[in-house]
Amino acid sequence: MAKYITECKLNYFQSKKAGKIAIVTMDNGQFYNVPNTWGTEALESLNKVIDIVEKDADVKGWILTGKPFIFNVGADIMSVDTSVTRDKALEIGHVGHATFKRIMGLKIPTLAAINGAVMGGGVEVGLYHNYRTISKSPGGCDHYALPECFLGLVPGWGGTQLVTKLCGPEKAIELIITNPLNQNRMINSKKAFEMGLADKLIAPAEFMDESLALLERIITGEEKIERKAVDPKMTDELYNQTKFAIAGRVHSGALGPYRALDLIRGAGTWSLDEGFEQESQTLADMIMSEQFMCGVYSFDLTQRRAKKLPGRPPKEVKGNKIGKIGVIGAGLMASQMALLFAQRLQCPVVMKDIKQEFVDKGLAYVREQLGKSAKKGKMSAADATWMGEELITGTVTYDGFADCDFVIEAVFEEIGIKQKVFAELEAICKPECLFLTNTSSLNIAEMGKFLKDPSRVIGFHFFNPIAVLPLVEIIKTDTTSEVALATAFDLAKKIKKTPVLVKNAPGFLVNRILLAWMDGIFQCINEGAGFMQVDNAVVELGFPMSPFTLAALVGPAISLHVQETLNAAWPERFPVSEGLKNLVAKGKRGLVVFTETGVDIDPEIAAGWPQGNKKFTDEEIRQRVLERVALEVDTILKEGVVADPRDVDTGVIMGAGWPFFMGGITPYLDQKGISVKVTGKKFHPNGFLPKQEN
Amino acid sequence: MDLRDAYFVDGVRTWFGKARPDGAYWTTRADDMVTKIMRELMRRNPTVPWNEVDDSIWGATTQSGDQGTTMGRTVVFTAGLSEKVPGFSVDRMCAGGMTCQTIGSSFIKTGVADIIIAGGVEHMGHHPMGQGADPNPRIVTEKMVEPKYFNMGVTAEKLHDWLVENGEQPVTKEEADEYAYHVTKRYFKALDAGYYHKHCVDMAVFTPTGWKVADRDEQARRDTSLESIRGLRKFPFKAEGRVTAANSSGLNDGATVSLLMSGQKCKELGIKPKMKFVGAAFMGVDPSIMGWGPVPSTEKVLKNYGLKFSDLDIIELNEAFAVQAVGFMKHFGMTPPEDPRLNPYGGTIAVGHPLASSGVRLSMQLAQDFEMNPKAKYGLTTMCVGLGMGGSMLWENAVGKF
Repeated sequence: MAKYITECKLNYFQSKKAGKIAIVTMDNGQFYNVPNTWGTEALESLNKVIDIVEKDADVKGWILTGKPFIFNVGADIMSVDTSVTRDKALEIGHVGHATFKRIMGLKIPTLAAINGAVMGGGVEVGLYHNYRTISKSPGGCDHYALPECFLGLVPGWGGTQLVTKLCGPEKAIELIITNPLNQNRMINSKKAFEMGLADKLIAPAEFMDESLALLERIITGEEKIERKAVDPKMTDELYNQTKFAIAGRVHSGALGPYRALDLIRGAGTWSLDEGFEQESQTLADMIMSEQFMCGVYSFDLTQRRAKKLPGRPPKEVKGNKIGKIGVIGAGLMASQMALLFAQRLQCPVVMKDIKQEFVDKGLAYVREQLGKSAKKGKMSAADATWMGEELITGTVTYDGFADCDFVIEAVFEEIGIKQKVFAELEAICKPECLFLTNTSSLNIAEMGKFLKDPSRVIGFHFFNPIAVLPLVEIIKTDTTSEVALATAFDLAKKIKKTPVLVKNAPGFLVNRILLAWMDGIFQCINEGAGFMQVDNAVVELGFPMSPFTLAALVGPAISLHVQETLNAAWPERFPVSEGLKNLVAKGKRGLVVFTETGVDIDPEIAAGWPQGNKKFTDEEIRQRVLERVALEVDTILKEGVVADPRDVDTGVIMGAGWPFFMGGITPYLDQKGISVKVTGKKFHPNGFLPKQEN
Repeated sequence: MDLRDAYFVDGVRTWFGKARPDGAYWTTRADDMVTKIMRELMRRNPTVPWNEVDDSIWGATTQSGDQGTTMGRTVVFTAGLSEKVPGFSVDRMCAGGMTCQTIGSSFIKTGVADIIIAGGVEHMGHHPMGQGADPNPRIVTEKMVEPKYFNMGVTAEKLHDWLVENGEQPVTKEEADEYAYHVTKRYFKALDAGYYHKHCVDMAVFTPTGWKVADRDEQARRDTSLESIRGLRKFPFKAEGRVTAANSSGLNDGATVSLLMSGQKCKELGIKPKMKFVGAAFMGVDPSIMGWGPVPSTEKVLKNYGLKFSDLDIIELNEAFAVQAVGFMKHFGMTPPEDPRLNPYGGTIAVGHPLASSGVRLSMQLAQDFEMNPKAKYGLTTMCVGLGMGGSMLWENAVGKF
């Protein structure tokens, strides 16, 4: 049950020219940061309002709107009980359809005045009205979405049917399938208006007044709303094309988008009631599904839990102020960091490398990226120049490092070099300056062990490409100070990254899990499974990219380096792959080649990869890989590398793009019995769903 | 006609709400009310090049919170005018809006401006009188103003006594009550005839009980009778005094705006203004008899512009308290309580008095009075101001002159 119940509040306006108008306001009595939602009580209050209006013959018009900045963001998914019976789940769909359909049944003009953020069931209730106005962006309705497929559901209160009938199947697909699968992209009111989802786009200043005035004109007949007729039928071509596109995104892992596609296609031929029933049935299936539970879990993890910065020392520990930043190295990683810091913190960033040509290359990269941003209109040309020429500077000496508030190093992954850099910095930097390292594999305590003050050292590990992946691993050694830790968390937040606190252990968190995943994959290949069979079998689970694609993206040499690091720590769990060694030795950048029929394993690589002759089914491959991952997650938790399986999932979702509908990984491993099989118990013995806070 | 004369073209206001939690505007921002009437003014006058407004001048007694950030300028953005339009804010307490009109008209006459927006706003619910003020302690220690006279009601009680003590004609409670009754009666008569709907605009407001439409002044009560006014024996300002809630204006939320233009600009745009600004005067009096202010300021403006009181055909007077209206009428030889020349369609006790906005309200009513009474030539808008001041503006009917 939601904490704050959204109530439908009824008022009347006695219009001089149009008569009595019912104004229905959805409002939970809270500020906009606690948005209106649909729940049992909210639907009941809507029903009550309709009861009153239906009986009042004097009422000539109906307008439904929200509280300032918020229309309604739909059912509160945190309040959906995932342990319901199917009959109960079915009722959820039925209740919504039945309530909203009563608005359609009103014999007076009805208008939904979409004044602010609108999602899911909020979008849907609007679709039952005769007319819709929407408040112009920016400032009006800036967030419009049917995000159900993103969360492992389908729109279940009319969305798939009514959008299709109103705007046609292409736009329904875009709104219901494509956008949610595209990192839950939302549209603004301008786009919604262009798509035909609203009849009028009205400036926020007098949105409510003008919506009322429109309704008055509609009642008096002064104005008629014209819409283009659309054909709701979906061609087979569009159906197949969309199915293919969904497969490209989620493979066969996620069900929601496929089921939504069928509902959208059905809307072309079904009656409204048939369509609503199909929708209710599908919704019930999805609510009962394990994927939805994972969706809820992931949503809570990334939208709520991560924002609370789990792992940061208590508030009383203030992080240091950041007014100037040093970056050691001017390579690609270092340049990306410098760019991000300058953009987000708007403070001076000085990059140092050993040769002027390296520095120049780094600066050239930064300026090129800034130039692109300016070209795209993301910043002014003057700002791009200011950032590239004034804020970010380069040097081959330590000039300008004395007053840095922190220095982050991204030099060659070699412990001796890093120790030397830190020693040099200690001689130059002010005492409160922190030393951050972006190492992906080295021991951070080792790095700082010759310092007079090793408490200033902390790991701050980005994921490549820095601009895209939201995760940073914050790595604490036994000596890292609380202030350093607090500063690192605050820094992550300021640069809009999601931090996960990790103990100083080889491979840290995400790379270690990815390498265990790779190890499972290599095990299958080593024992005799076909290369492409393994690659396809694993990606079918719904990972964002296939193992071979990922290996090529990361680069075989880096993969091997991390593998060797892990091997040094745990030789039995992380054998160095002979095949991978061969790959690196041959200077290959990936495992596959493009052939006339598609992609295949590079014959030179296959030849250099010793294999047994065991045959695997696809299912056996997936089982092996997931078991290997489960073993590693269990070890990670036992060693206390992270505090909670939720940190593991935050890491793989934000750092590796593992899917929402698997909950990252640990919920999926629990659901499939893999954790029990491998470790004897579940990662979430009491269930993984977030506790209801009420 | 002098092309550099300043003219009143049009005026709009919100309905005035009660400044309390169940009032229409309790959860509405003052600057949103200003935005609403600005946009309504723009809608009503589509031929005006709104992006060429030379200044946007706004009065507010409290210039903080939703009446802060130099509202004259910020309304340019919130109402959707061009960034080229400058603006500023003015404080002369109750006469804030009136002062904006005086400044704006003077700007026009001297060639500083051709098109002026002059308005006033007071959300007394958000900004109770005196809140946040830090009067200089010397005012009290050196007995410049007795502290009790910071309370306007106390000055109204004092005015009753002062009139007697200073040889002016006395005003009794009964006369004040009668006046209050008559302006309320006149108000409802005018309201029902559609007088107020001509310059008041409905506004959708978000309230804790949902969206509503603020579509009426909340101060006046239709069931007010002379008996009920007389029967009220609760004297908030002086034991067994004469000033009651029934013969005073209330605490209100409201916003008003006017459009002023040079004769030349009116000609150019083919706009027919309603009245011409003749002149204005402001005068100070003893703060303890604040309500007397309109008498000397009116005498001054008449003298300065060479007119006699008898030249005035219509007077819109803002009576914060009935005693001052009756005192004013008696001083100038009018016949209380129902002299047809003064507040012919109702007064402040009925309409409400959101401080700085009231002066502009007077002007939009006077303009409408001129339209309804084409034979009327000169009119006056006048009001008292806190800490002992009066303000008076002289206007000449321009209906049919363009």
